[in-house]
Amino acid sequence: MADDQSYDLTRFKATYFEECAELLAAAEETLTRLQEGGASADDLNAVFRCVHSIKGGGGAFAFEDLVHFAHVFETSMDALRSGRAELTPHVADILVRGNDVLGDFVRAAQEETALPADHGADVKAQLASILTGGTPAPAPKPAAAAPPAPAPAKTGFATWTIRLTPAPGLLKTGNDPLLMVRELAGLGDMDVAVDASRLPALAEMDALAAYLAWTFTLVTDKGRAAIEEVFEFVAGDSADVVIEQLGDAVLAEEGDGWGLFAPMPPAADAVAAPVQAAAAPTAGAHPPGAKPAGGEAGAGGIHTSSIRVDLDRVDRLVNMVGELVITQAMLGQQASGFSIESHPELVQGLQELSHHTRELQESVMAIRAQPVKALFSRAPRLVRDLSTKLGKQARLVMSGEGTEVDKTVIEQLSDPLTHLIRNSLDHGIESPEERMANGKPAEGTIHLGAEHRSGRVIIQVSDDGKGIDRKRVLEKAIEKGLVDRGAQMTDEQIDQMIFAPGFSTAAQVSDVSGRGVGMDVVRRNIQDVGGRVVVQSTPGQGSRFILSLPLTLAVMDGMLVAVGNERYVLPLTNIVESLRPTAQQARTLVNVGDVLTLRGDYIRLIRLYDLFGIKNAITDSTRGLVVVVETEGGDRIGLLVDELLGQQQVVIKSLDSNYRPVEGISAATILGDGRVALILDVGALRIMGERLNRAQVEAAAAAQAAE
Amino acid sequence: MGKCVLAVDDSKTMRDMVSFTLRGAGYTVVEADNGVTALKALQAAAKVDVIITDVNMPEMDGITLVRKIRAQPQHAGTPVLILTTESDQSKKDEGRSAGATGWIVKPFSPDKLLQIVAKVCP
Amino acid sequence: MSDNTIRQFISFTIGDEEYGVDIMAIREIKGWTASTALPNAPTYMRGVINLRGAIVPILDLRARFGRNATETTPRHVIMVVAVGSRVAGLLVDAVADILAVPAEDIQPVPQLELVATGFLTGLVTVEGRMVALLDLDHVFAFEDMDLSELNAEAAA
Repeated sequence: MADDQSYDLTRFKATYFEECAELLAAAEETLTRLQEGGASADDLNAVFRCVHSIKGGGGAFAFEDLVHFAHVFETSMDALRSGRAELTPHVADILVRGNDVLGDFVRAAQEETALPADHGADVKAQLASILTGGTPAPAPKPAAAAPPAPAPAKTGFATWTIRLTPAPGLLKTGNDPLLMVRELAGLGDMDVAVDASRLPALAEMDALAAYLAWTFTLVTDKGRAAIEEVFEFVAGDSADVVIEQLGDAVLAEEGDGWGLFAPMPPAADAVAAPVQAAAAPTAGAHPPGAKPAGGEAGAGGIHTSSIRVDLDRVDRLVNMVGELVITQAMLGQQASGFSIESHPELVQGLQELSHHTRELQESVMAIRAQPVKALFSRAPRLVRDLSTKLGKQARLVMSGEGTEVDKTVIEQLSDPLTHLIRNSLDHGIESPEERMANGKPAEGTIHLGAEHRSGRVIIQVSDDGKGIDRKRVLEKAIEKGLVDRGAQMTDEQIDQMIFAPGFSTAAQVSDVSGRGVGMDVVRRNIQDVGGRVVVQSTPGQGSRFILSLPLTLAVMDGMLVAVGNERYVLPLTNIVESLRPTAQQARTLVNVGDVLTLRGDYIRLIRLYDLFGIKNAITDSTRGLVVVVETEGGDRIGLLVDELLGQQQVVIKSLDSNYRPVEGISAATILGDGRVALILDVGALRIMGERLNRAQVEAAAAAQAAE
Repeated sequence: MGKCVLAVDDSKTMRDMVSFTLRGAGYTVVEADNGVTALKALQAAAKVDVIITDVNMPEMDGITLVRKIRAQPQHAGTPVLILTTESDQSKKDEGRSAGATGWIVKPFSPDKLLQIVAKVCP
Repeated sequence: MSDNTIRQFISFTIGDEEYGVDIMAIREIKGWTASTALPNAPTYMRGVINLRGAIVPILDLRARFGRNATETTPRHVIMVVAVGSRVAGLLVDAVADILAVPAEDIQPVPQLELVATGFLTGLVTVEGRMVALLDLDHVFAFEDMDLSELNAEAAA
């Protein structure tokens, strides 16, 4: 190991762990394919390289446990890829477990926590047993696991470079270089490099002159004499032959952790291409300073299709663009008093600025976008493992893996998605017997899909299971005090109850649902990234969870509304219409509360001033404005506001980072005048409205009873 | 102009370490993440004085890369160092057969890396 | 650390009382700017302001101590402080002084039946004035804020 640790390795750690995460995910994906029996040599190589890279980096940071485990894993993968061990389904299972344990070690290293000394020892032993053809072997000591270094003498092979520069008259002597080449090739493995630099222009060419020169790299155990024999008749007179042993049996130089196969020439000049040097004595050769063949390609023209950029840098860029959007909004506001007639350049320039800002913002956001594939890649294994565990049969169908969404969204969705899949298998898909009794195929289907729809990303998890048992859900909701007995609820409303805080009980989420996460946490996680989740269910036919997510996190289109002295932003995607209701439309019904009749439908009217305790607001709904919004669940509500102030793009700023989540508010933003405005969370407003309404109706009933 | 090193490794971590160390010592470093891109880089770069390559890489491994480099007359003499792990005697042998100049065991200390690079590229 | 360590505080006033905050916690001091109210928040949460692109909550210290909300004027001051990874603002009447206090001079807070005592870490006497040192972690314990009453109130 390195004797010098004085320089700061930590600067590379972030890269390393980021890389590990990618490698582990890639290995997992490939191993899952191997488990399904679709193994190719490339797959085995790929997994080998993943493990190898993790080990390599781990060594640099002296993560010893990690390296020891990775070494055993790597050795097994090496045996598999070289065909020394056979890949059986059992072995594939071991490898998957191996990857999991490797992940544990990486995580422990990243979090700087210690794992139990015997962590993964069983898996390590199983991995080692792959080498012995499945015979369980005791976990090898890491140091002993290294294959013994073969003694250099055993090979007896050496590498030679032979430079053959025929004199122009070589062919005339009856010697054919080709024959020599063939003979040389017979001695061992050989590579040939041809130097055509002496070739004259075609017109000047002498058909019988030898212009070409060759450099052969030969690996052979035959020794120098055998090589010299090949050139016996030409060496000296008709050709210049230089034979050099490249890899001397004895190393030229060896240090601690490095070595040179041959002594280095004393000066850099001497390193100049030997072929050219060999060609130099011959007439007609190009000057030694001739450009190498590829030189014309130009300096610095390395073409790669992608670059890696630190996320911090991207985020800085995103933030700056966010600030730019705010500045642009501010300029727009300042200039709103100017007409295009009086200040054509200014108004036009501002319009262009707005256009460019939006394009810039979209381009920057695209940098953070990643395909959901990374998110979906864990699903096949989850479904397989879990269906086995639950005694169910299920197949997974995935679609739209290439759909791109913000990286943060992807990271945040991992747990909720896992939970939804578990939920589908646990509560949705029936046992094979039950399915067959109901005339369904024994094997259930879970569909995991992603698509872009109207500026958002829709991810769906659906199953063809038994659907939500509404009777039970309602009973449980009543039992938990989430709804009143006798409350009138639509089927859809009952279905959404499963997301209510406190609905999932500990007992329910114990085993399969794993991490003690309830559906309310799933919803919370999704809301945290500006998303929403709803469920649709048909008894006997299955359920469908629909996640609607913002494409990007930082910027959205909003409608600025005023309530009293406050201003709020309503996400444009939620807004259906706005209207000033007539007295007939806006009514207060006994035992129901405020409603709005809209083309024959009743929708609940929520007075934002009432909900938020805002003073100086318009309280008469026929004098204010009602914005009809649709929640992700498809519920429509009317929000009473004073007036609409206009549509604008807003940069989403977290309220939680310095404060805490606020009910009814999804985030904050900064307006053109520098003031903060809060962004409304329509789904939460609906729930708050229901609660407020219930309290008001009850209070009214109590007051009436008291009279 | 400083000497130019081509660092070839599929691991970004390793490339970062090599680059950081060498850049700190005044070398110009060109990076490539496998043998194929390394060859492209060699073609494109004006001048490469030393090549440091990992062995296990996708697309084209380090040993094949060394062979391909040696097959190019203009790089027949460019020093190529292979990065191996301690246990990999066989890789050292393969590297030598392919025409590598020397090897460095991973993980290496910055000093060691600079020492060997200076040795092959004075 | 021995007791003769000198600690520095910035002191400010609320009415005729003087309070101190460890100078290390203070990020900046700025004049009062209008804040955006947070719905259903306790009276002492004045709302949030834009501090160079960050959303920063402002807490009215007078109201936090259980008294009336501060009637703000442009002369009022926001002391921006860092609490853990968070940045927050304290609305106070005016900045008073910079104090250098030997750690041994800091007295424990007597157990009094005052709301404010829970938010203090110690008392110190400087030139005859008593300065109460703030426990910022406690003052800004947003997670512990009980909003259930407020919600019930809003619902009523």
